[in-house]
Amino acid sequence: MTVPAVSHVDVYGEPCRVWTKGTGPRIGFLAGFGGLPKWIPFLDHLAENFEVVVPSIPGFPGGLGHTNCDTHLDWVMAIGDLVRGAGLLGGAPLIGSGPGGALAADMAAFWPSEISHLALISPWGLFAEDDPMTDPWARRPHEVGPLMLETPDHWNELKAEPEGVNSVEWPIEQARALEASARIFWPLGNTGLANRLGHITCPTLLIRGDADRVIPASYMETFREGIKGETTVKEITGSGHLAELDQPQAVADAIREFI
Amino acid sequence: MKHCWFHLMPYTELPDDFRDNNPSVWVDIDSNLFDPERAHHMYNDFLDEMEFAADMGFDAICVNEHHSNGYGLMPSPNIMLASLARRANPDTALCVLGNSIALYNPPTRVAEEMAMLDCISGGRLISGFPVGSPMDTCYAYGQNPSQLRERYAEAHDFIVKAWTEPEPFSFSGRFNQQRYVNIWPRPVQKPHPPIWVPGGGSVETWRWCAEMDYVYCYLSYYGYKAAQATMQGFWDEMDRLGKDRNPYRAGFLQFVGIAETEEQAWELYREPAEYFYDRCLRVSARYANPPGYVTEATQRAGVESQIAAAAAGGPDGVANTSARPGIQKTSLIDKSAREFEAIVENGYVIIGTPDQVAEKLREVVKDLRFGHLMLLQQFGNMSKDLANYNTRLYAEQVMPQLADVWEDWEDHWWPQPMANAERATPDRAIMAAAAE
Repeated sequence: MTVPAVSHVDVYGEPCRVWTKGTGPRIGFLAGFGGLPKWIPFLDHLAENFEVVVPSIPGFPGGLGHTNCDTHLDWVMAIGDLVRGAGLLGGAPLIGSGPGGALAADMAAFWPSEISHLALISPWGLFAEDDPMTDPWARRPHEVGPLMLETPDHWNELKAEPEGVNSVEWPIEQARALEASARIFWPLGNTGLANRLGHITCPTLLIRGDADRVIPASYMETFREGIKGETTVKEITGSGHLAELDQPQAVADAIREFI
Repeated sequence: MKHCWFHLMPYTELPDDFRDNNPSVWVDIDSNLFDPERAHHMYNDFLDEMEFAADMGFDAICVNEHHSNGYGLMPSPNIMLASLARRANPDTALCVLGNSIALYNPPTRVAEEMAMLDCISGGRLISGFPVGSPMDTCYAYGQNPSQLRERYAEAHDFIVKAWTEPEPFSFSGRFNQQRYVNIWPRPVQKPHPPIWVPGGGSVETWRWCAEMDYVYCYLSYYGYKAAQATMQGFWDEMDRLGKDRNPYRAGFLQFVGIAETEEQAWELYREPAEYFYDRCLRVSARYANPPGYVTEATQRAGVESQIAAAAAGGPDGVANTSARPGIQKTSLIDKSAREFEAIVENGYVIIGTPDQVAEKLREVVKDLRFGHLMLLQQFGNMSKDLANYNTRLYAEQVMPQLADVWEDWEDHWWPQPMANAERATPDRAIMAAAAE
């Protein structure tokens, strides 16, 4: 893997990292649960065909300022500023995973003319009492990897502290990512996104791992029925909730084919 | 010093195999274990015990707030104090430690209820404002852990203004929007009832208590030995901030079991102590640390001290044991202190004869330096008879031995009630007749 270029976008006065890599049509990615403390193989696969732009959600690794957002409207405007600042509004495709998937869907709902395609990997934002989303936060640290992934080692590798990194700040950055997701989605993961799905008019790819233990399969059906644009559903074999970590090639291929 | 009799109101009939078959006493505890008709008797026993403690001359009786919790049956401590305000000894202060103020939107309700209690009691209320445990606030009540402290701070400002602002006012906060705030009733005590802040070992809380001139209460279930670093940290911070060392700035909770002989104390308090530390503190670590509950500053303190401990060669070197309270407490209990010998050895419970307990408490009070001693003398599945026996021995034989402690210091944080001659007298004859 080569190193991505790094720039920053200010959101509510706080810097949020933007990674960029690859050549081709521009495509954006909003990270899943836990964020991206490291560049991942999935993004390299995408970078073979696209200019991949990865802005960090405030509070996720590389991004600050999550405590400036109190309401969901604050969050929508913050992510709007983030993706606009990263050059992703104006017709680029946008990918989002889990919490990033819910926020990407809101971008397409609020600014439908600005997103050409949407790819959502097990997106959050809904909740059904008779088929609840799993609580991702009430976990001991060693339980998170097995909950999120079919191959938990991918989680451990992502979260392992690299040599030479400040050992005090690294775990705090990982904890901050969980806090930021909680600040947006506590306690149920439900942002009322169901009410806004009808505003999404772009073609949308719905991806879910066949062993996803966080988002029930029925939620994908709710997305499919609710989104006004054309939808395609793709199940990824051998994958948990973070499909882009479990099966990076298969997810990247599905997105490439869709776009 | 002040002797404050504290009740958690634990459910006293959790099964013997509770630990083996239940992952947590809190949040998702099995509701089938709760028998409302048995709870009827428990609540009435608990209130009897508190009234007895007041009659025995304790300076205050204390209650607190928990939710979905097998060892704390007080979702609304204000209801308990309402009963005690009428029936308990009118010379006794009423301490609620407290209301988890971040949970109530609008916080008007807390300002109103505490003002009611202050009026009913003639100005005997001590108002406690805890942030609240993660289990109570974030899981049982679904509050956002990332906003909890911001909501707490705003609710505090709201309540104090509601108590003190003479005119109706509007409140435009981040989380609370009210066009008209104008509480009726208003508190007897001026400018408002004393505010005590139960907290862990965070520097932010110490600084805030100093800035606002509030009492800091360290309510640990782990006794005086585990509290050394925290209380030392508190007083060091007071020194740094230029505050005096008035011991009444601080409160501390301690379990105590007294008997006429040491052998009897070992015999009498073994079962209730083991019940509490084995069953009541069976808290799942899943609920102990929701993301954002612990501030980054405190995380830094915790992480750094763990690194320091690793460098020093073991966990005993960890200075700040409150950085991740639930996890560390669970870990402590699992490893060392579910049997009575270890519970006593670790200082979680002080037991002995009245003379032994008085001597130990004098040492602890001086060493940790606090003026408000909160005593848990009913704990676990202790019966009313034993709780009252424990309470009586303390009041009659321990309290007098500690009468001189801190006598040179003035307690600026104690309620200022109406004069006795101006206060209403509940008609006890009518109550007694009704009881018969």
